[in-house]
Amino acid sequence: MNALFSLVSALIAVAALVAVSWFGVGAIGLDSVFGVIIPYIALAIFIIGVVYRIVDWARVPVPFRIPTTCGQGKSLPWIKADNLDCPYNTWGVIGRMFLEVFLFRSLFRNSKAELREGPKAAYASAKWLWLFGILFHYSFLIIVLRHLRFFMEPIPSFVEAITSVDGFFQIMVPTVFISDLLFLGAVTLLFLRRVGLPQVRYISLPADYFALFLILGIGISGVLMRNFFKVDLLGVKSLAISLFTLHPAPPPGIHPIFYVHLFLVSVLIAYFPFSKLMHAGGVFLSPTRNLANVNRSERYVNPWNYPVKVHTYEEYENDYREKMKECGIPVDKE
Amino acid sequence: MELHDLPKPQDLMNIDLNKPPETGWMDTPTVFRNGTYSYPAAGKNLKILGLANPRQWSPADEDWKLPENWKEIILQGMKERLEKYRSFRLFMDICVRCGACADKCHFFIGSGDPKNMPVLRAELIRSVYRNDFTLLGKMLGRLGGGRELTIDVLKEWFYYFFQCTECRRCSVFCPYGIDTAEVTMIGRELLNLVGLNINWVIEPVANCYRTGNHLGIPPHGLVDMWQFMTDDIEDITGIKIDLPINKKGAEILFVTPSGDYFADPGTYTCMGYMMLFHELGLDYTWSTYASEGGNFGLFTSHEMIKRLNAKIYAEAKRLGVKWIIGGECGHMWRVIHQYMETMNGPADFLEEPVSPITGTKFENAKQSKMVHITEFTSDLIKNGKLKLDPSRNDKIIATYHDSCNTARAAGLLEEPRYVIRNIMNNFYEMPENTIREQTFCCGGGAGLGNDENIEMRMRGAFPRASALRHVVDKHAVNRLLCMCAIDRATLTALCHYWAPDVTVGGIHELLANALVMKGEKERTVDLRGEPLGDEEEDE
Ligand code: SF4
Ligand code: SF4
Repeated sequence: MNALFSLVSALIAVAALVAVSWFGVGAIGLDSVFGVIIPYIALAIFIIGVVYRIVDWARVPVPFRIPTTCGQGKSLPWIKADNLDCPYNTWGVIGRMFLEVFLFRSLFRNSKAELREGPKAAYASAKWLWLFGILFHYSFLIIVLRHLRFFMEPIPSFVEAITSVDGFFQIMVPTVFISDLLFLGAVTLLFLRRVGLPQVRYISLPADYFALFLILGIGISGVLMRNFFKVDLLGVKSLAISLFTLHPAPPPGIHPIFYVHLFLVSVLIAYFPFSKLMHAGGVFLSPTRNLANVNRSERYVNPWNYPVKVHTYEEYENDYREKMKECGIPVDKE
Repeated sequence: MELHDLPKPQDLMNIDLNKPPETGWMDTPTVFRNGTYSYPAAGKNLKILGLANPRQWSPADEDWKLPENWKEIILQGMKERLEKYRSFRLFMDICVRCGACADKCHFFIGSGDPKNMPVLRAELIRSVYRNDFTLLGKMLGRLGGGRELTIDVLKEWFYYFFQCTECRRCSVFCPYGIDTAEVTMIGRELLNLVGLNINWVIEPVANCYRTGNHLGIPPHGLVDMWQFMTDDIEDITGIKIDLPINKKGAEILFVTPSGDYFADPGTYTCMGYMMLFHELGLDYTWSTYASEGGNFGLFTSHEMIKRLNAKIYAEAKRLGVKWIIGGECGHMWRVIHQYMETMNGPADFLEEPVSPITGTKFENAKQSKMVHITEFTSDLIKNGKLKLDPSRNDKIIATYHDSCNTARAAGLLEEPRYVIRNIMNNFYEMPENTIREQTFCCGGGAGLGNDENIEMRMRGAFPRASALRHVVDKHAVNRLLCMCAIDRATLTALCHYWAPDVTVGGIHELLANALVMKGEKERTVDLRGEPLGDEEEDE
């Protein structure tokens, strides 16, 4: 896979999506296609797709208990065991998964190998990926939570609270949210990292750039519609509520930039179940992380364990009986 | 190829980790260069095991003499495994290509070949998965990251799946725990379906199947070898040891890798076990049938693991022992710890292990009934049951190499260190990015420790060697300790090439040096027959 090919094809795809929705609404007036039909279909694909994928994974058995142990296991009572990096009970597993899912524990270990004269290998700390990842995922979360205000009436108080903290620096009107800035910054950094580091550039597929551009497109269109085009937010809210109460009615006159935003979100959620974005669900099922290191103390059953051909002791003794007797090894059959 | 054919270390490492080839990885052909691949399995060995497609062939040939329908076999094999292993399925689906694992593989650090980045190693098979098993891949083809399974792709698999030592280091750093070792294991299983395997794995497997050990030593041969060792022990200590062999009714069965029966420095560790057990007056037995702790089935297929591993419980049952102790080995402990009980258990005919010397219950082994030798020994030391004279090891300045599998597949980190600290006075750790769960492979695990593959081995050995050289410079370390029979062979080559003043050895060798035995004569030499103190210099 050629790096430029990956990048350009993804860029073209996302640009095409933007153009389609911009002209679809702006020039042809397909408000209800982009405002109602596509979001409904996308949401349906998302829900069915995610459930399907998770169920599909879950029904594949885990034949062996194969945790990657990253700390001292539990053995003798006076040796301090590390329940978080090498869990010996369910609490340990929960703790390990919590650290992995919420704090990206494994990424935090990241280092960068460098070659020096000697020759020598050196390992520099490289927490950037961890930092960008954390910033990206948490600002994304806050933004999603903030968006609940469009679907709920009255607006829940926690949403109001998040919004007011997030918009604390009211330097502009309308408010510029910190999470928006962090989000756009983090996605950009993730992108720069992908094209900037030769190793990562070399492994990147069109799908990797596609997800980044799509998300970046969503962020940019969101900020544009709010802060520059000053889209009619009451209209947006009435559309959102009408969608959720299953009485869809797109109000006239919402600026096409909003439909670009909505369309990119629709594409993202419809694409989600078929893509690497499913790592969000998959991480919970990873057998190297979600199993306890209790292999020798608790039984673990492989549902498809089957009998295999072995070379029995009897066959072995038949092969060597005389020799065994000669050198004084006891035998079963004289 | 041999060590002296290799360029000097500095020249060998004249590589750049940040300069991948101009061509994308799907368009970069695989070159089978001498010194970087292993010879294929001999047909006779495949026949013994009833494995597919026994024949004469070479990876350097154009024609690999595959069955007509090889592609169908592989794709069918993939489908089956996608439905049997959640690990495989998930690891095919959720990688985000973040690259966190990229420079964590010793083969990448030592070769700079991007297909040795764990993520790309997995992508070799993932690309075929996308092409043939996913909706978007089927629709988008190459644009969706898919590619067709061609003969060149298959050859690439062979090259790179036998360039992974299944060490699991990548999986420590992956945010989703994606374990490329698991992908390699499945990849090798698939290759085996069409008769693509290497002799350095399959010959030990065939030997082990027939004779009970990797080296193919028949029972009378074993007795001879063990006898040599007890003779040596008598020379050194004046104590004559009668080894219990295939003894019915013994309390404990002892199983250890056969690599330690015949070659230095493993033999010294083996002598160490004999001396320890003798001194304790342990009621135990060696077995000629279960004379192998190691299990190269792990590098072949899950089925083969089970076929070879079955001997241990079967022998324990036949001899009527109560429980089992296992010796120093790396991959053996992956199998014993993570697979044995599931595959061949439950072993209800055994009892929960209790040390007859200290009364300690080994709760952590209450189900599988197999205890690691350093668990056993560290418990003895903790309870003051051994009389030790660490000064007998004063000539040795040691560091300790964690085996990949005891570290990352069992969490056995402190037990060996506790023993080491009690049997010697000079012990220094290597830098923290290179030990414990972040330990680097010796470069020759998973069946790759053969001579023909020596260049790739020494490349893979580089990160470990670099850390070793660090403590050699800083603390004048002269002994690399390890707890693994493969290591004792492969690290020896590593030291020859990278750190010529360092010798390699096991933990129980030094334990036995330090062990003050009842009725022993005054010791003047260590287990290697070398003078204990500085007498030489005094002369
Ligand atoms: S660290 Fe995990 S997710 Fe990231 S590239 Fe490697 S295997 Fe993929
Ligand atoms: S398991 Fe070890 S050898 Fe294999 S890809 Fe991962 S780091 Fe490399």
